[in-house]
Amino acid sequence: MSRSALAPLAVVAPILAACVVLVAGRRAPRLVIDVLATATAAGVAATTGFLAASTLGGRAVTWSGGWSPVGGRSVGVVLVADPLGAGLACLAGLLTAVAMLYSWRYLASLQAHYHTLVLLFLAGLVGFALTGDLFNMFVFFELMGAAAYALTALRIEEPDSVQGGLTFAVINSLGAYLSLMGVGLIYARTGELGLARIGRALGGQRADALVIVAFVLVVTGFLVKAAVAPMHFWLADAHAVAPAPICVLMSGVMVELGVYAVARVYTTAFAGVLPGGVLRTALLVPGLLTVTVGSGMCLIQRHIKRLLAYSTIAHTGLFVVAFAVLTPGSVAGAALYVLGHAGIKGALFLVTGLLLDRFGSVDERDLFGRGSRRDPGGWFFLAGGVALAGAPPLGPGIGKAVAEDAAGRAGYPWLVAAFVVGSAVTGGAVLRAGLRVFLGLGHPPQPPASETQGSGEQPETPSLVRAVPRTMLAAIVLLLLAGALPGVVPPLWVAAGRAARMFLDRTGYAGQTLDAAPPTPVAPLPGLGWTTTGVVLGLVSVTLAVAVALLGVYRPRRAGWRGPVRSPAPVELLHRLHSGHVGDYVAWLFLGVAVVGALIAVPLLAGR
Amino acid sequence: MHWYAYTVAGWLMLVGSFGIVRSRDLVHAVVSLSVAQSGTYVLLLAVGYQSGAPAPVFAGGPAPSTRVVDPVVQAMALTDIVVSATVTALLLALSIQVHARHRTVDPDALTRLRG
Repeated sequence: MSRSALAPLAVVAPILAACVVLVAGRRAPRLVIDVLATATAAGVAATTGFLAASTLGGRAVTWSGGWSPVGGRSVGVVLVADPLGAGLACLAGLLTAVAMLYSWRYLASLQAHYHTLVLLFLAGLVGFALTGDLFNMFVFFELMGAAAYALTALRIEEPDSVQGGLTFAVINSLGAYLSLMGVGLIYARTGELGLARIGRALGGQRADALVIVAFVLVVTGFLVKAAVAPMHFWLADAHAVAPAPICVLMSGVMVELGVYAVARVYTTAFAGVLPGGVLRTALLVPGLLTVTVGSGMCLIQRHIKRLLAYSTIAHTGLFVVAFAVLTPGSVAGAALYVLGHAGIKGALFLVTGLLLDRFGSVDERDLFGRGSRRDPGGWFFLAGGVALAGAPPLGPGIGKAVAEDAAGRAGYPWLVAAFVVGSAVTGGAVLRAGLRVFLGLGHPPQPPASETQGSGEQPETPSLVRAVPRTMLAAIVLLLLAGALPGVVPPLWVAAGRAARMFLDRTGYAGQTLDAAPPTPVAPLPGLGWTTTGVVLGLVSVTLAVAVALLGVYRPRRAGWRGPVRSPAPVELLHRLHSGHVGDYVAWLFLGVAVVGALIAVPLLAGR
Repeated sequence: MHWYAYTVAGWLMLVGSFGIVRSRDLVHAVVSLSVAQSGTYVLLLAVGYQSGAPAPVFAGGPAPSTRVVDPVVQAMALTDIVVSATVTALLLALSIQVHARHRTVDPDALTRLRG
């Protein structure tokens, strides 16, 4: 089989498996369904993993139906696998396989619908990462979206689940429709839908109002998916109510694909018409806002799944900031950061899922001191918190170090502060929750009024579990290892550097896609890896995180105070802004569009 | 006259979104979302429209060299409609479940997910 057949195979296989599972689910025992779904996901991971490794020497281009271009012109639809896209698809496959493994004893009351939806979700993720066509991005966006909405609201007997799923669906669909408007406008201008063709048609032109509006609309949907402030509100509501294995997929790869899509569309289609400096400002401002809001909200949560969700928002903000620097080093840093973050955050979500199954609660106050010191889950959770803070030599740490180094080299050394503070605060919040729940340190916190509590929820297993099934523990250990590995495997750093160089190479992308040109060899990026500064900054982050955690645990309380504690005014304001109201979220979305649009349009149009 | 269709497309998108912002009923919000999406249909069809040109059906019709309206945007609009049907059905089903669990479909009264 030629290499070009692998990309479509990785998209089609899960869809076919989903159909088989749905039909066979009526008769076959649950174990068969579990094995089939896990094996399919693992197969997709293997295929796309091979594709990622083999495309380091040149992209794999597949024109569906054999409608390949003639003289650089084509009406076909194309899949373009490059190491970064295929690597993300591989990550999606791996996370799905682990989520499936975790689900063997989990959600036992559910029938094969669950597996079908997860496989369709996987197909959407893989297709979105591999496609080279703007309209197909919208189609795969909605495929993964529809599956994710249904999976979020899977437990329809839960009041919170249906509400969170509905908010998620409305906001993301609206974002997708705005993207589609942008696709329509760019088609009106260029007559093209393929990213490479659009890039050639726009290259060297002046950025007029139509192109700017089209670009802003196209990236709006992706920024919503990436939960960039102020379009981030849906994420916490969705993650708080989704089953834990689904949170692994959403937090680990779906949100990151939003950032990837912005980057992909810009580098292949718009880099020739919108200057990098303008895009950098337009991404840095919302990116830094996202880090701030995400870290702040993370720190003041008591619902552990929401806490992890806001930590994801903060980290996605860091990925946006890293990409905005727009150098191969910063893109490589973002890629490694995404890999490490996916494993660690996934493990944290699964440990939280175990808490829910054992105690029927994910509330930090409610669970105070209830975890046992002999429980391996507690130590996994604490280790995850340290890793999330950027501890060397683990996965998130190397990504952070490489991105910081690249930001410094590009002339933005002050961005290092965002990386250090963002990872320290989120890691510290996770550590605080772990210390309270599993080690029972400090005083039980008292509840201010306007927060989502996490108690009184239904466990996702048929009854509260006593002993943790081995499959669940295995899934957690696998994710922790996957999150740690990127920090200690130098070949992965070299690959990330080359992948980043290929990702930013617009001419090479268009040549290979449209002219079947031979691949241009990509030299590895020098100096990628642990540096003394990187290690020191990582240790600073961890120290800060421990300080944040201990401050949270041992914060002094006024004696004799009874009743709810009044939060300080900024905390209260942050809580009230996150109102859980779908209409408010739509209004914020449009404010976000206006801000990003102004940041791009003003510098480009003002000087004329 | 061509700008008229684009104005309608933008208007539908904005008025639909505004409908969600001001909605007091989830069913109303879901339908508002559909209204916003209708804006994308109008935009896509307006992009491919040509004055006086026939539909792109050549079997027994016009000669292959005739100018026709763009079939690509029509295919996109069709895909869009399929997506819309799926999402709207899912959202209405969720609205029913919200009513069953919360005994209300007023977004102002759904206050469990805050902060």
